Amino acid sequence: MIDREQVLHVARLARLELTDEEVARMAGELSDVLGHIERIDQLDLEGVAPTTHVVDVPNALRADEPAPSLPREVVLERAPAVEADGFSVPSPQA
Amino acid sequence: MTATDAVAFTAAQAVDALARGDLSAGELFAAYRERAAGEELNAFTWVAEEAPAVQDGPLKGVPVAVKDLFCTRGVPSQSGSRILEGYRPPYTATVVENLERAGTTLLGKTNQDEFAMGSSNENSAFGPVLNPWDRGRVPGGSSGGSAAAVAAGLTPWAIATDTGGSIRQPAALCGIVGMKPTYGAVSRYGMIAFASSLDQAGPLTRDVTDAALLLGHMVSRDPRDSTSIGLPEAIRLPDARRLDGIRLGVPEELSGEAEGIEPGVMEAFEATLRVAQELGASLETMRLPHAEHGLSAYYVLAPAEASSNLARYDGVRYGLRSDGSDLVSLYTQTRHDGFGPEVKRRIMLGTYALSSGYYDAYYGRAQKVRTKIAQDFHEAFERFDFVVTPTAPTVAFGLGTKVHDPLAMYLNDYCTVPMSLAGTPAISIPNGLSEGLPTGFQIAGPAFSENAILDAAHALEGAIGFDGSRAFSRGGMPSTPPERGAPGPLGL
Repeated sequence: MIDREQVLHVARLARLELTDEEVARMAGELSDVLGHIERIDQLDLEGVAPTTHVVDVPNALRADEPAPSLPREVVLERAPAVEADGFSVPSPQA
Repeated sequence: MTATDAVAFTAAQAVDALARGDLSAGELFAAYRERAAGEELNAFTWVAEEAPAVQDGPLKGVPVAVKDLFCTRGVPSQSGSRILEGYRPPYTATVVENLERAGTTLLGKTNQDEFAMGSSNENSAFGPVLNPWDRGRVPGGSSGGSAAAVAAGLTPWAIATDTGGSIRQPAALCGIVGMKPTYGAVSRYGMIAFASSLDQAGPLTRDVTDAALLLGHMVSRDPRDSTSIGLPEAIRLPDARRLDGIRLGVPEELSGEAEGIEPGVMEAFEATLRVAQELGASLETMRLPHAEHGLSAYYVLAPAEASSNLARYDGVRYGLRSDGSDLVSLYTQTRHDGFGPEVKRRIMLGTYALSSGYYDAYYGRAQKVRTKIAQDFHEAFERFDFVVTPTAPTVAFGLGTKVHDPLAMYLNDYCTVPMSLAGTPAISIPNGLSEGLPTGFQIAGPAFSENAILDAAHALEGAIGFDGSRAFSRGGMPSTPPERGAPGPLGL
């Protein structure tokens, strides 16, 4: 079962701000879902290989050919804040 | 030809009518544009003002609706999320480019659950979609807008995506055809990602022939998606009328024994099994011993992948930005304001399952369960041509009835998730009514068996003779229902 402290820890990992009300609700909801998920604990999975890919394909290789990328101005047009031809963000230490 | 006649055609019939000159591309587009722009189901999030320049191709002049999460250059592509509100991508998804090259015209973008997370379309930042069979009920999800638009005749057909059932389940709840192809058949380039090892694009259509026609033009091997492999043989238009010699396996875990299957859904399923026998198929109950654990594995793996994929929404390069005094608070506040409750829940679940100390217990075990489920299918397909199940355990449920109970909502995917985990193709076709609402019949086959599945679905479709005209005539339209006597399989 998930408690308030765990919810806050996971929210920090996920870079997600939660209100007090969201934290309380999340603790209950995640506990319910994890309770269902924990049914897989009953299975004997000794020696079973974890899935890495569902279709049996060898390495996917392609020719390493240069191609044009999106123009800088097209990309920056969609950015919330731009400075000196780059994405602008507040200082990490502010 | 009147606009009512034009929209009564299936897409395949429209292709023929356009080729004969009975119908012009402009007329067809205008007829659908009027319906899509005036609809009342909230199925569309954007409708084209006018038809774009049409490329010459086998589908020349046939409009298509596209789920919001496919990137379309210069056209809103928001994946049902506030965090991408107003976002117009600088490039187009490969599958949409493939369809444009085949001659289709982009009619509009369709509503969906936020980032394709949901089974009712109630998780969209742009409001829920209403089911055209009963506007007090959900259309299913996550591709609810695409499914409702097709069922109501607001578009000839639509493309959508399926991660754990997001094409098949809304197809079932709206009384139309939906197919999830083999993982890798269709490029994921330009599809806004949910869970990359499961996401696949596929068609939502009025009938099986249209599903084959549309899927055939979606499939490709794409250098921009290294997991795309195309299909070993081209998709054919199905023509089977019989099922002689076809061996159907009915998994007890996903039918009689399944939790929460409504009696009416089970009756409709059993009626179709009898139809299959009359067409010459043999039936046998069988077991997929790990299928009952599919949901548990899925609700670890899909949120885990989502928590990683959705890390890109940080308020820096595109989309919503909320004020933050420093960089971390800019991230956390943007994500708080931009994501809805279900997306937050899945990010939390996935982050927890991947976090230090829990990774082996959740993610590691779930990937092993996935291997066992894939093995179950592999063994089943040594004995059976197809595995068949009800698509969804219930008919369309009332708006608001499950939205506050995540686990009850997740159980809707019970019969569709195992095929997603195994990467195998599956189709849902209309299977008759229960309580006056559509139910779906799911046919799953081994990897790359799309043509065989489409043939079997075509034979069953002909024998079932489902009438979807009720949703069509009520449509999303406030105006009068279509006139009687129009062509098409909608019984009009």
